[in-house]
Amino acid sequence: MERHINTPITEEAARDLHAGDYCYISGTIYVARDAAHKRMDETLDRGDDLPFDLKDNVVYYMGPSPAREGRVIGSAGPTTASRMDKYTPRLLDLGLKGMIGKGKRSPEVIEAIIRNGAVYFAAVGGAGALLSKAIKSSEVIAYDDLGTEAVRKLEVADFPVIVVIDSEGNNLYSR
Amino acid sequence: MREISVNTITEHIEKMCIEVNHFLSDDMKTALKTAESSEESELGRQILGQLRDNLKIAGEDMIPICQDTGMAVVFLEVGQDVHLTGGNIEEAVNAGVRAGYTNGYLRKSVVSDPYERINTGDNTPAVIHYSLVPGDQVRITLAPKGFGSENMSRVFMLKPADGMPGIENAILTAVKDAGPNACPPMVIGVGIGGTFEKCALMAKQALTRPVGSHSDIPWVADLEARILDMINDTGIGPGGLGGRITALGVNINTYPTHIAGLPVAVNICCHVNRHISVVI
Repeated sequence: MERHINTPITEEAARDLHAGDYCYISGTIYVARDAAHKRMDETLDRGDDLPFDLKDNVVYYMGPSPAREGRVIGSAGPTTASRMDKYTPRLLDLGLKGMIGKGKRSPEVIEAIIRNGAVYFAAVGGAGALLSKAIKSSEVIAYDDLGTEAVRKLEVADFPVIVVIDSEGNNLYSR
Repeated sequence: MREISVNTITEHIEKMCIEVNHFLSDDMKTALKTAESSEESELGRQILGQLRDNLKIAGEDMIPICQDTGMAVVFLEVGQDVHLTGGNIEEAVNAGVRAGYTNGYLRKSVVSDPYERINTGDNTPAVIHYSLVPGDQVRITLAPKGFGSENMSRVFMLKPADGMPGIENAILTAVKDAGPNACPPMVIGVGIGGTFEKCALMAKQALTRPVGSHSDIPWVADLEARILDMINDTGIGPGGLGGRITALGVNINTYPTHIAGLPVAVNICCHVNRHISVVI
């Protein structure tokens, strides 16, 4: 089924998405990958605030190539999600509602997705030039010292993804 | 003795870094085109269509094919009648990588220390493999490697008694474990024989052979074709979302080994299998 969805995604909206749905996401999404996740986890350990509000938001596992002059961003496709698995259940329990990446998730992440009524999307890996066209603005909002691994806020329009794991735990990779 | 300045090598490597990250080689383009026409799954065809569009945009707008522009793996085959002048060859290679990744707007994905993990900021150092060969030429092969697929690569130290079923099982195990993580359709480089490190290096070198080429050794060529069919029977498909085309090709290199061993290395590459060579 083809769907157009806007961020933030409420639990009600997330529960309406099903594994296999082809979705076009519009709105604000946040970018964080390995090093940013580690730093966010340490931030939570200290009891400090994260760089962005997790509530009903979507995180995109991605580290872009540099933008050429006059461009919004460089190549911007998904990275392997399983490297974030260690940190993900905690973020889901704090309100994160959607994740965009590629590849399998751990049983702990799938349980947390079900527990919180969240959703895991895959974008097509290795299509970073194509996907960059759906990104309308990009701003580094934290951890600038991490270079490509900094936390970014993106505005996207009709960003193409597929629901891989839905709020009931149905998993497109396991079919 | 022919003199070649290391500056020439720096200049070539800079250009090669930019070229290889925006344009796939002809063998890969052909393989992807064939894949799209033979994919049975509708979603699979849709994903292969996106990869076709992605390649077009990458070349026309000079946006890297994939944001993971890789760690630069460089094979330097240096003729024994060549005298490299004008500086240190390792520094010259890294200067080429630094210039290519900086001037080409490529991602800097290298950290200086595997534990402390500080980004070096210029994608150096490269991983350089040198070999001395007859003649007075230098052949440079650059194969930037993304880590979504590199992380799924394996070395299996099999027993001689494991034989062909053991070899086939090792390759299939690595591919199935990789699944959607390695951005299928994949290209599979395999090294069989040698020692622990030799088989891993052969697997990497095998990825630089044109996809669709076959080994001169009959049993190896047979295995390349047979295991490709077995991989495409797994149903992993493009993007790991189901379909026929899980791999575009399997390249296998072999070497003599010890009476007690049967090493098998499987280096998995995504559909952005980048390799480019130049002879100076």
